[in-house]
Amino acid sequence: MSIELKNLYDDFRDAKTIKAYAKQIAIDAKKLGRPIGIMEVCGGHTHTIMKYGLPQLMPANVHFIHGPGCPVCIMPKERVDHAYTLAMQPDVILVTLGDMIRVPGSHGSLQDARAKGADVRFVYSPIDVLKIARENPDKKVIFFAIGFETTTPMTAALLESVIKNDIKNVLFYINHVTVPEVMTTLMIDGENRPVENKIDAFLGPSHVSVIAGSQIYEPFASVYKRPVVVSGFEPVDVMQSIHMILKQLIEGRSEVEVQYARAVEKGGNKKAQELTNKYFEKAPLFSWRGLGKVPKSSWQLKDEFSAYDAQKIYDSILSKEECQDHKLCRCGDILKGLATPPDCTIFGTLCKPSNPVGSCMVSSEGACSAYYKYGNIK
Amino acid sequence: MCLSIPSKVVKIDEENQMCTVDTMGIFRDASLAMMAEGDVKIGDFVLIHIGFVMNKISVEEAEASLETYREIIALMDEDEMRRAIEEDDKCQ
Repeated sequence: MSIELKNLYDDFRDAKTIKAYAKQIAIDAKKLGRPIGIMEVCGGHTHTIMKYGLPQLMPANVHFIHGPGCPVCIMPKERVDHAYTLAMQPDVILVTLGDMIRVPGSHGSLQDARAKGADVRFVYSPIDVLKIARENPDKKVIFFAIGFETTTPMTAALLESVIKNDIKNVLFYINHVTVPEVMTTLMIDGENRPVENKIDAFLGPSHVSVIAGSQIYEPFASVYKRPVVVSGFEPVDVMQSIHMILKQLIEGRSEVEVQYARAVEKGGNKKAQELTNKYFEKAPLFSWRGLGKVPKSSWQLKDEFSAYDAQKIYDSILSKEECQDHKLCRCGDILKGLATPPDCTIFGTLCKPSNPVGSCMVSSEGACSAYYKYGNIK
Repeated sequence: MCLSIPSKVVKIDEENQMCTVDTMGIFRDASLAMMAEGDVKIGDFVLIHIGFVMNKISVEEAEASLETYREIIALMDEDEMRRAIEEDDKCQ
């Protein structure tokens, strides 16, 4: 058969295929005969799982654990505060992507900053920053860059364009983080001691893997003995991946397999990796919201690009204080897979998408938001 | 922000490292900055994320997946038919 664009959407959402996999998974789960937890690392997968009601299709002994792969959810409050401070500076336009504008910091969200007169804009693509900078030559345009391995090379490509086109008024506030290091914190603590968890296998992220390759998960299979299946975003992709995970567990294997082979290769996208490595280096430490400080889990601009680094340029006005989350908020436990949104006493009461307390409710990829929106809770 | 958008390349502007893609009838521009020069061609299926082409979608791999799905559906249909016959037998 020849493939049309339509097939890439419809055939990977086909109800009959989902049903066929559900049957297969039920047979596998019976063979396995013990409860298992599968962590979907990526917030995009959480969204798919909840949107298509996949928890309801799982046998009683197969559970989803929602992981830390939502860039908005893991952003610590102090960094939101930094963005707020930057936005409030005169002659600054602060630009960011999507949901970040709604995340509450200590003084409010970036949306609140905008209500107070700050020029905060959100864009569909980092490339749009170039247009804003060209149209506002007397302003400093600060790009509040967020995201995992997926978006880091895109920020690098933006910086490359800024340098190439000699644009003088674009700065970057970098908050790019990496997946394997934070996954490791779910397995071992800072002193290499095993961490108690309920994770028997990982559903590997789609886009992170398109860029970084499936190779980055090797230690989770070989050292920590957890099967990893890199999955596509569509519901059929996820169901097939669960089937592949169960097969590994039944056969006593722990390997990295790629279900999303139509887009992911072992080595990933080399050009994108070169872009990242040209402009960025690993930062010593990043504070993940709810997860604490994780060494070498984020990127910073190399020294030679300091002239573009808002964190360095505005260092004297950026608060060094660390902020605590709301006492009742359980985003941290949810990001570690120790709780689900309904376990949180303020879920759906004090904390709602219209008035989010924790970051997992802000982003559409956050577990709380997905549970609230789709409601198909098991 | 992570959701993928499979699209088809309809135009390439090599000089500016840009292309135009068709996303189920919606046409938009996307950057080719993350792809090696000459790698993306008109008619290719690509994954778009926040205005960038992230990678090409392999038609061969997509076809292989769809073939697997046809097989698993056939298996289910066969199983259901067998069960229906068994149920029918029990009734007699």
